[in-house]
Amino acid sequence: MEIEYRKLGLKVGLEIHQQLDSKFKLFCSCPTKLAPENVKYREVTRNLWLSKSELGEIDPAALYEIARGRKIVYRIPEGHACLVELDEEPPHDINREALVISLSIAKALNARPVDEVYVMRKIVVDGSNTAGFQRTAIIALGGSIEDEDGAVGIQTIALEEDAARKIAEESDYVVYNLDRLGIPLIEISTAPDIGTPEQALRVAYRIGLIMRLSGKVKRGIGTIRQDLNISIESGERIEVKGVDKLELIPKVITYEVLRQLSLLDIREELRRRRLKPEDISEFYIDVSEVMKDCRSRIIKTSLDRGMKVYALPLPGFKGILGREVCSGRRFGTELSDYAKAWGSVGGLIHSDELPAYGISEKDLESLYKYLGLNGDRDAFILIVSDYERADRAFKAVINRLKYAFIGVPKETRAANPDGTTRYLRPQPGAARMYPETDILPLRVDESILREVEKIAIPRPEDVLRILVEEHGISRELASQLIRDPSLHLYLDLVEELRDITSPQIIASTLIVHMKSLKRDGIEVDRISYIDLVKILSAVGRGEIAKEVIPEAIKVVVSGSSFEDFLESRRVLSVEELEKIVEEAIKSNADLVKSRGFERSIGLIMGKVMSVARGRADGALVNTLVRKKLQEFLTP
Amino acid sequence: MVDVRPGDFIRVVKKGGLVVEGVVLPSTEFTSEKHLVVKLSNGYNIGISLDDAVIEVLAEKYTKPVVSEEFREMSIVRGSGSLKIGFVSTGGTIVSKVEYETGAVKPALSASDLVEFAPDFRELSSELVVVDFMRKLSENMTPEDWSHISEEVGRHLKAGVDGVVVAHGTDTMSYTAAALAFSLRNLGNPVLLVGAQRSSDRPSTDALYNLKACPIVVRDAPFAEVAVVMHGTTDDLYALVHRGVRVRKMHSSRRDAFQSINDIPLARVYIRERRFELLNRRFLPRTRSSDIYVLNKFSNKVSVVKSYPGIDCEIFDYLADRGYRGVVIEGTGLGHVREECVESIKRATDSGVVVAMATQTIFGRVDLDVYTTGRKLLKAGVVPVDDMVPEVAFVKLSWLLGNFPEDGPAEIKLKLVSNMANEIGNSQSLEVFPRWYHGD
Ligand SMILES: [Zn+2]
Repeated sequence: MEIEYRKLGLKVGLEIHQQLDSKFKLFCSCPTKLAPENVKYREVTRNLWLSKSELGEIDPAALYEIARGRKIVYRIPEGHACLVELDEEPPHDINREALVISLSIAKALNARPVDEVYVMRKIVVDGSNTAGFQRTAIIALGGSIEDEDGAVGIQTIALEEDAARKIAEESDYVVYNLDRLGIPLIEISTAPDIGTPEQALRVAYRIGLIMRLSGKVKRGIGTIRQDLNISIESGERIEVKGVDKLELIPKVITYEVLRQLSLLDIREELRRRRLKPEDISEFYIDVSEVMKDCRSRIIKTSLDRGMKVYALPLPGFKGILGREVCSGRRFGTELSDYAKAWGSVGGLIHSDELPAYGISEKDLESLYKYLGLNGDRDAFILIVSDYERADRAFKAVINRLKYAFIGVPKETRAANPDGTTRYLRPQPGAARMYPETDILPLRVDESILREVEKIAIPRPEDVLRILVEEHGISRELASQLIRDPSLHLYLDLVEELRDITSPQIIASTLIVHMKSLKRDGIEVDRISYIDLVKILSAVGRGEIAKEVIPEAIKVVVSGSSFEDFLESRRVLSVEELEKIVEEAIKSNADLVKSRGFERSIGLIMGKVMSVARGRADGALVNTLVRKKLQEFLTP
Repeated sequence: MVDVRPGDFIRVVKKGGLVVEGVVLPSTEFTSEKHLVVKLSNGYNIGISLDDAVIEVLAEKYTKPVVSEEFREMSIVRGSGSLKIGFVSTGGTIVSKVEYETGAVKPALSASDLVEFAPDFRELSSELVVVDFMRKLSENMTPEDWSHISEEVGRHLKAGVDGVVVAHGTDTMSYTAAALAFSLRNLGNPVLLVGAQRSSDRPSTDALYNLKACPIVVRDAPFAEVAVVMHGTTDDLYALVHRGVRVRKMHSSRRDAFQSINDIPLARVYIRERRFELLNRRFLPRTRSSDIYVLNKFSNKVSVVKSYPGIDCEIFDYLADRGYRGVVIEGTGLGHVREECVESIKRATDSGVVVAMATQTIFGRVDLDVYTTGRKLLKAGVVPVDDMVPEVAFVKLSWLLGNFPEDGPAEIKLKLVSNMANEIGNSQSLEVFPRWYHGD
C-alpha cells in the first residue's frame, strides 16, 4: 500500500544522541570507555525515593517497583567509575573538551551558542542515574540542516551525561553498570519539519555524518541513538525511543503511521458496531476453575504455582483484538504491552488468537459459556497471574480499551529491532527540570570559542575530495557515496580494512552490489558488519575473486556460513590449477593427440574453467593450459 | 535597555543571530554581571549576555518574591502509633528544598513535608511536635546556638516526649551533639541528631533513610544518650546510631561520612524491617524519671590550636593575652607540640588558661608520659584528654568554663578528664581502628 505522507500531514522530529569521544567523562575524570567483562568490580545497593510532585519520565512499572522499594544494585568496575558516579561526591566542573566538541558540532549545524551554560537536573527514577536525575545543559539554539525537500530546523543542542548500563533485572532488583554513566552525550533536536520517512533518514544521516566528521565522537554499537517524534494530522504525536540503527528510521515511521491509521479504523469499527466505552466491563472474573483441565503449559504451571486465570469479557468485540495494526502486531498486542508495563505480567491472551497455546477449541467453548458470551460476536481477554498484578494489568488494559473509542493515545514507545514499536509509558508532562546547584554556570567566553574554531568539521564537498584524492575511488562512485547513508559503513570498513582491501572495492560493494541485490529482493540490510568485513578481507587477501562478492553476500544473507562459501570459492593455487589442467588433458588424451596443440587449447580451457570459474584468473589458466599441453604433446 | 524583571516573559535577539524566548529568573550570587538567566519553555535555563542584545518584554508577569515564613513555627501531627516525639529543625541540607522554578534552596521542612517524606514518624508516634526552630547551615553554628538548641530540646524532654530528633547540618553536627550530651543533664530518653549528605530534593537523598531510622531508635533504644543517626555504608543498607561524643564526620561528601571514633556505634537500624540492633553494651540507660535539667552555657573563649612543624609559639601567648580561658591543642602523635612552645604554654597555664592536649591522629590515646616533650608539657600544666575526640574536648571545655564559673583551672581540668557521657576512657580494642583499603 502506498501511503501519502504529505496528505496525512506527517510531521517528524528527530532527537539524536551521540556519545562524544572526550578523554574524560562529563563531570569527573573517569575514562569514557566501557569496562571489559573481566574487570574487578564492587557493588553498592541503593534505593531511590519519590516525592509525588517530582515525577518525570517514569515507566509505570519502574514507578511501581520503586514505590515497592525495589533494590537498585550498582556495579562499579575498577577504574571506570568514582565517587561522582556513585553520587558520593559532587560533580566536578563541566568537561571543557566535551563542551568544545559539542559547540563545534553545533557550529557545523549553524546553531548559535548560548552565552552561559546552566546545567539542569532532569528527574529520572528508574535507577539508571545514581542521583535520580540526569544532568543536562543546553549549549546552543537554532540552526538548520539542508535537505532536498527543504531545510529542517534545529531546535536545541544539549550536552548531557549518559545513563548507567542496565545489565540485569528481576522483579525485586535491577543491576546497573556505572561505566557508562557520565559519558558525554550530545543531543540534537530537530524541529518537526520532516515530512517523509526518507527525508527523516536523510536528515538523520546528515547529522550523523557531521558528527562523525568532527572526528570527536564514539563509533560502534550503542554510541548513537535516535529518538523520533511522529505525528499525523488525525492522530497523535508519539515519541519513539531508542532507534539504534539509522536504516530502521523509515521503517519505524511507516509502521507508526500505519499503526495510527489502524487505530483510527478500529475507532470507526467500534462506532459502526455501536459500542460505547461504558460497555466495557470494569470487572474481570476468576476462571481458574474452568481452566483447571486445560492442556496449556503456561496455564498449568501457573495454576500449580498458585496463580489464577482471570478473564475480562468483551461483548461485541469479536475480531477487534485480532486486527493487525502494523506488521505482525495486533490490537491485542497493544493491549498486552499495557498489561506488561503496568502489571508486570507476562502478557495477555485474547479470544481472537484462540485456539492456541494449548488452549483447545473445547476450552474456548467452555470459557465462552462460563462467561455468558456469544462465540460469534464477543471476545475476552485472559491474564494469568497473581491477583495483585492482574488487577493492575486489567486496570491499564481497560483504560486503553476505552481510549480506542477516542483514537490514538499519547504514548512514549520503544523501538523493536524489526522497526515496530511497543508501549513504554505515558508521555510525561513538561519534563521535571531544576538547576544543578552543585555546578556553577559556565561562560562561553572567547577562549572556548577559539578552541571551537580549531575543530574544523569538513563539509560534504571536502569529503568528496578526500574520497577521490586520498582513497583513490572514482569520482562517480564518490559522489554517489557522499549522498548515501552507507558512507558511515564505508568509512568504518576503510578504517578496519586499511592495507587489506582497496577503498574502491569497498565502495563499489556498498554502492553497486548491495543496491542491485536489494533491487533483486535480497535483504542485504540483514548482513552483519562482521560478515561484510570477512567477505571484503577475503577479497583483499586474494582468497576470493571480487566478482563473487554479490554471490557471497547472497549466501551469507540466506543464513549460510561464509567459511563454507569461502572453501567452495577459494581462489585455486597454481599447483591446484596445474593438477586440474593435467587431469583435463589426461582424461581427453586421445582427443588432444588427434587435434594437436592449437586446436586443443579451447577444449581444455573449457574443461578447466567449468571447474575453476570464479576461482581462477582466466589468463593464468590459459598460460597453464598452454604450458601443460606443450609438455604433454612434446615427447 | 528595556527594564526586565524576574517573571517577565521576554524575547532576546542577539547580534550573532541567537533568538531566545523565555521567562526571566531572579539572579543569584552566581549570575554574571550583565547577564540574564532565562528559563525556556522546555524547562532548561540558559544565560544570555546583554551585550548586543535586543530585548522585548512580551508579557509582564513580575511577582514579588515571597518572604519566608516566621521561625519557631510549631505544628503537631497526630499519628497512629504510641510514641511521643519532638522534632526540632535547625537547618542544613536535610531540611533544604529546592524551588523547581528558580533553583533557590529553601532551608525549611514543614511538618507535612516531613510526614510525607518519612511516614514512619506518623505510623510510630501518637504525637509528633515539629518545630521549625532555626534555619542555619551548620558551619554558621556558634556556642550560643548550642545553648538555644539544648534549651529547646530540654523543653520537649521536660514535656515528657519519648525522644527528640534534631535535624542539623552535617558539617558541625558532631559538635552540637557533644554540646547537647553535656548540657542535657539526667537525660532519660534518646536525643537524635540527623542530617543528610545529599539534599532531600533529589531522589537519591540519604535524608529519608536517616529520618526513617529515627522513630525506630526512639521506640527501641535502651539508651538515653545524645546520638547521631546517619548512613552506615555507601549502600542504603542500614543506618548507624553513633554516640554523640564519639562521632566524627570523616569524609567531605560520602553518605557514610559519620563514624564512631575510638568506640563502636551504639546501634544499627534496618528501616525496611524496622529492626533495631544494639551494638554497644556500654551506654547510659533510659530512665522513667523526668528530672532532666539543662546546663547550657558555653564559653566562647576556648580555642583549638593544631600543632604543626615550626608552629609559632606566640599563638599561645596571644590567646592568653586575649583573655582565652581554654585551649585544646591537637598535638602530633601521642600529644606533642614543639619543645620551644613549652614556655609559652606554661605562661598561659600560669595565667589560668586551661590547656588540654588531644591528638591530631584522631585515633588512639594521648600519652604525655612516654617522651621528654610530653613530660615537659605535663609539667607545664597541660592536661591530656586520653582518647577523647579533639572536637569533643573543645566542646566539653567550653561547656565546663561556661557552667562552672566558680571552679578554678584545677577543678576544670579534673572535670575535663572525668567521664560524663562515655566520652573518655574506653578500653581500646583492636577492631575500632578502621581497616583501610590496601589495593586488594
Ligand atoms: Zn568518575
